[in-house]
Amino acid sequence: MHRVVPQPARGRGRGGEGDLSEQGFAFLLLSPAALLIVVVVLVPLIITFVYTLTDMNLLSDTKGRFMGLANYGAVLGSSWFWESLGRTLYFTFVSLILEVGLGLLFALLLAGSFPGVGALRALVILPWAIPTNVSGALWKWILHPDYGALNALLSWLGLIKEYQAWLGQPWLAMNMVILADVWKMAPYSAIFFLAALQFINRSLYEAARIDGAGVFRRFRYVTFPHLVPTLLVVVVMRSMEKFKAFDLFYIMTKGGPANGTKVLTYDAYLRGFDNLDYSAAATISYVIAFLVLAFTIVYLRLGRQEDIHD
Amino acid sequence: MTRARGPGARRRGFTVFQCAMGALVLVFVMAPFVWLFISSLSERRDLISVPLHFPPGRMSFARYAAVFGPGGEEIARAFKYALFNSLIVASLVTVIGLVVGALASYAFARLRFALKEKLLYALLFTYMIPPIVIVLPLYVAINALGLLDKKVTLVFLYLSMTIPFIVWVMRNYFGSISRSYEEAALIDGCSRLQTLRYIYVPMARPGLIATGILAFLLSWDEFFFSLIFTSSLAAKTIPVAIAEFTGKNTVDYGMITTGGVIASIPPLLIAIFFQKYIVMGMTGGGNKE
Repeated sequence: MHRVVPQPARGRGRGGEGDLSEQGFAFLLLSPAALLIVVVVLVPLIITFVYTLTDMNLLSDTKGRFMGLANYGAVLGSSWFWESLGRTLYFTFVSLILEVGLGLLFALLLAGSFPGVGALRALVILPWAIPTNVSGALWKWILHPDYGALNALLSWLGLIKEYQAWLGQPWLAMNMVILADVWKMAPYSAIFFLAALQFINRSLYEAARIDGAGVFRRFRYVTFPHLVPTLLVVVVMRSMEKFKAFDLFYIMTKGGPANGTKVLTYDAYLRGFDNLDYSAAATISYVIAFLVLAFTIVYLRLGRQEDIHD
Repeated sequence: MTRARGPGARRRGFTVFQCAMGALVLVFVMAPFVWLFISSLSERRDLISVPLHFPPGRMSFARYAAVFGPGGEEIARAFKYALFNSLIVASLVTVIGLVVGALASYAFARLRFALKEKLLYALLFTYMIPPIVIVLPLYVAINALGLLDKKVTLVFLYLSMTIPFIVWVMRNYFGSISRSYEEAALIDGCSRLQTLRYIYVPMARPGLIATGILAFLLSWDEFFFSLIFTSSLAAKTIPVAIAEFTGKNTVDYGMITTGGVIASIPPLLIAIFFQKYIVMGMTGGGNKE
């Protein structure tokens, strides 16, 4: 604590909590939240770690036996793990680039003033608001191989000759999940960028304009440097979310076809709840957790100076 | 307008360009929604016609009547119950989360205690933990306690996800309130809990509304825990009902889109009427300007 102003005597002795020290009172206030988080999150987190060190395949004869790091060896030594990781990274990076790029373009447009911009600002947030599963079901319906609106639209425009099974081929299906994700979340990134854009001093543009800077140079030298901190926060925050994506894959593709959309979280879910192999599921999820932890550390580094010290 | 400096024609050209791009964005954002709504009103025969008829023939609200009316077939009944379950769970999570979260936020914003920073980081860390990492032991424990397929189980699980977020954001709001109000109240004989109730909560109202809205939306949208811990109409939430009927062999897209529209109405209304608060809550969580 580095407070300059000396603290006046606080409420000790007055009111109902007179017997408590400030610290005791603080812990009392924290206790409901702390109890819940310890019971629901931290204890299970530790037990999952124990699962990764034991044989917790519920169908195995040697269930409960200590395995050391053998589960990690089995997971990291398998080809399916690296394939799932590869798909997860593909999904994360491609959808991140599209989402952030599109979100930035939306924000730049919405920061301007033209007829109808106010209404557009209000509407653009709507895809973000609807439940993820509704958007998944909606896109599955739009992409339907026989009755889908996308096939009908594209063939009406003459862009495709015959109807496509958009979710019927592995790589195409992955890209369609990315489309659904970008549609829903680009507005979310846009909101962050728009908030940051509104803090840029107008006179900077004026000065740049007087110096003869065109639209692109003004973006490069005035707008973009101001957006960098927000950009970093959005990128890290969204990568974490995308890395553990589950809902859209469950509803749109169930990991298929031919495992083409089986990402790590979905893989862990199947191994745990379909194959009842808790060891493998726990081990994959710990690998996910370590990678997410790496993102968290980056995130904290970015936010540290401005946020945590009050 | 600063743009008035440029030649008038160029300025008008730019405005036309902006409007055109705006129209494109509008179509990209709204077209899937419009299609969702049209599908929910269309007759089955129009939904499964190849090539697609557009605009569809007769439209009706019959499916909505089936969901909200008495009885109804399996899928309509499932949506009705799931909607009710989602409302109960999300409302309880919001109210309890705000109370428990506000207490903890006050401690973080105003009191001095050991390990304060470490606990704050621990809280952020728990917020980042993917649900898949804790779900297996939770399943074993909840099954052993006979608490599977109960709404109260979901409430506790969702609270563990929302409280870290609420505290992280509320702490900023409480911290920004001048201490002099609290000091005046303490001198007048308020207890610290009373200052929380009569000073901090009213003054941080926008923050409470913003975090409450986000907690509600998060609970409304949550799918993974609900998928694993619920199985019947007693506790199943809307996202699970939608997933279940989308995964069947013969999918009734007319009913699915109807369920989708109904499930979207509460969050859409919130997004439209409380947009200011949502933006505040979101940006207050991550980047403080």
